[in-house]
Amino acid sequence: MTRVSIDPITRLEGHGKIEIFLDDAGDVANAYFQIPELRGFEKFCVGRPAEDMPNLTDRICGVCPEAHHMASAKALDALWHVEPPPTAKKLRELFYSIFFATDHTTHFYALGGPDFIVGPEAPVAERNILGVVKKVGMEIAGKVLKMRRDGHNLIQMMAARRVQPNWALPGGVSRGINEEQRQEIEARGREAIDFALFSLQAFKDIVLANKEYVDLILSDAYTHHTYSMGTVDEENRVNFYDGMIRVVDPDGKEFVRYHPSQYLDVIAERVEPWTYLKFPYLKQVGWKGLVDGKDSGVYKATPLSRLNAADGMATARAQEAYEEFYKTLGGKPVHQTLATHWARLIELLYATERWVELATDPEITGPEYRSLPTATPDEGIGSVEAPRGTLTHHYRTDARGILTEVNLIVGTTNNYAPIAMSVKKAATSLIRKGHVTEGLLNKVEMAFRAYDPCFGCATHTLPGQMPLEVVIRDVRGGIVERLTQRLGG
Amino acid sequence: MTEQSPANKTKPKLALYWAASCGGCDIAVLAIDDKILDVASIFDVVLWPVAIDAKVRDIERMPDQSIDVCLFNGGIRNSEQEYMAQLLRRKSKILVAFGSCAHEGCIPGLANLYDREQIFQYVYRDSPSVDNPQGIVPVPEYQAPEGMLHIPVFYDTLKTLDQTVEVDYTLPGCPPEADNIWAAVQAVVAGLGGAPLPPAGTVIGKDTTVCDECARARNEKKIKAFKRTWEILPDSETCLLEQGLLCCGIATRAGCGALCPKVNSPCIGCHGPNSGVEDFGARMMTALASVIDANTPEEIQRIIEDGIPDPLGTFYRFSLAHSMLRRSVLPGGNGRALPLTESPVPEVSR
Repeated sequence: MTRVSIDPITRLEGHGKIEIFLDDAGDVANAYFQIPELRGFEKFCVGRPAEDMPNLTDRICGVCPEAHHMASAKALDALWHVEPPPTAKKLRELFYSIFFATDHTTHFYALGGPDFIVGPEAPVAERNILGVVKKVGMEIAGKVLKMRRDGHNLIQMMAARRVQPNWALPGGVSRGINEEQRQEIEARGREAIDFALFSLQAFKDIVLANKEYVDLILSDAYTHHTYSMGTVDEENRVNFYDGMIRVVDPDGKEFVRYHPSQYLDVIAERVEPWTYLKFPYLKQVGWKGLVDGKDSGVYKATPLSRLNAADGMATARAQEAYEEFYKTLGGKPVHQTLATHWARLIELLYATERWVELATDPEITGPEYRSLPTATPDEGIGSVEAPRGTLTHHYRTDARGILTEVNLIVGTTNNYAPIAMSVKKAATSLIRKGHVTEGLLNKVEMAFRAYDPCFGCATHTLPGQMPLEVVIRDVRGGIVERLTQRLGG
Repeated sequence: MTEQSPANKTKPKLALYWAASCGGCDIAVLAIDDKILDVASIFDVVLWPVAIDAKVRDIERMPDQSIDVCLFNGGIRNSEQEYMAQLLRRKSKILVAFGSCAHEGCIPGLANLYDREQIFQYVYRDSPSVDNPQGIVPVPEYQAPEGMLHIPVFYDTLKTLDQTVEVDYTLPGCPPEADNIWAAVQAVVAGLGGAPLPPAGTVIGKDTTVCDECARARNEKKIKAFKRTWEILPDSETCLLEQGLLCCGIATRAGCGALCPKVNSPCIGCHGPNSGVEDFGARMMTALASVIDANTPEEIQRIIEDGIPDPLGTFYRFSLAHSMLRRSVLPGGNGRALPLTESPVPEVSR
């Protein structure tokens, strides 16, 4: 048995490690995607006042603290049995739309996009944000930086801080916005819509016009027939902030549509001794291991799965893009993991359109941005769509609102099983008779990069080149070969 | 970036690393916006997992003291992080504890109220969504059918960077604000160019409190009762503490511009205490005692108990791991409050 270790050393929530074992014929016997870190939030938040949770759980992830802030706020609403006023809900969704647009922009241009815009076969040194700039021009680099800066500035204006906001409370938010701030938000939002449209067009021009790229997207190596999860509104359209959670089966048929408070009837988590991260799966289907198909409880919670789980988008231009997406890829559902990048851009457009819709809502500057709770707190569950998947917070407290139990199912965690499967499939399709090719490195990267894994939290920031090293050892541990992929090396 | 081009030979070497953290510190470094390009041009960046692919092996091969500055964020939660802290200390001339986790343990330091067994028991066995009838928990070495799998050893106690290795400077904040990061980078650059560096042990930042940066009107504080944030709608003009909200600005180091009180949210203390204050929680309690309107110790006690139901999590929200309390007592006793030499350094599986 030969062992192939892929150890990025960089962080995939700490960092991730891939161990691939080859059988005597040199083919892949098994592949393990390990997460080597745990911090224990679910335990140490017990004993804390529940209203602290938006600020405590912000610190789970400094890349998407806004997602935890919002899921926590909604769990607190439920916990205290308080309904935020319409202005408060709209402010939260506005804030969340700005965040979503900012986050998806970063991922597309800095992390996911380079593979396509620069090209999967391009030299490693160019396959990063700098290569993107070179290919699409300095003007777009300026647009990307502006989009990020605007998003962060608006988040600070509304919610105190660019990283780690301090704003949400049970029943609403700590402060609303005035007319002058509203105008600023609207103006930046209109620019953001143009940016999103530009980005979709760039994807069409560069990726879809290239048959090689389209074949890659459609190739079996990146296809997994799993269940798809996403939050939908009353008309089954995609929503990031609120709604019912819908799961469709691998054929696209509705499997379950549930309120977030029923998550324990739908989701269970599997523990394995070789990794600190748990594997969520659909309880009614059951855990059958890291396998595809209708009989396996594995599901995806990604931009692609959200589109699959919905019937459409709630804004006009995003709906057009949605229709074009399925028309081009041969109907619903789409199971090609790499199509997630395209789906992410459709979500970017939706987020910017929703941003402007809310910024121009007459209620958005209303003075009623909080309802004070009056009921006794007991139990609350809140959920939002994080950019990387459905995020659920579940709290129980005593009558004073002191936490007695906390359970969290975090965005990327939903996708642990499909990511592990994608990694194994890429390895299996590339490693034959003990021959490991240089291409494996990027192909494996591409397999999990599509998920925008927040194990890699901040990996969706700068040059976006996930450093990888493959060490091939013989049975006694002696190094046979070492392949390293470098950035700008 | 690790390849030694001729131009790099004269550039100072910079390393950035993350241990038990959320990634927010790295986002904060990127949030210095265009100046990040200056950082890239001033330094030869030899390690930055978020952005470049230098390997730990490359760092291990470098001579000791060959990295000029290392910005280290995150606390020390497991064996791999401890190894990295020791490695980077050895290789770096200047080691900076960057951000609240490395400085004080931050929110993840609240895990020191429990031990590994309690955390594992809940996360992997008792959590309501877990289905684990066999009671499996992750183990550092697992014999899979195909071979041995390794993950780092999870410790009982989260330690700060300065409880693990010697630290030269500290940059506070969760995360540090962009202006402060840039000021620190400039100070280091000046130091490398021969300007005097601050004395070792310095916490880089202002030596005033958040109150000094807060625009809210302050009168004489006389607090008869504390309110929880969900209980009242504070006005936008008056000191939040005077309105009964437990604002930590009174004991927290300035440097953020009092951003949270601007949106009616009390300061939660993420920049830690001022220089010379050993224990943030003790400082907070002293400060509060002086503004509580009470005549007897019993009355003070009552006002605190009624309005602050979790004093430990409130006063030590960011600083438990670094405080005089440090952690709860471990089963079997831990001698002093914190077993600083709790675990021998296990072999790191990498």
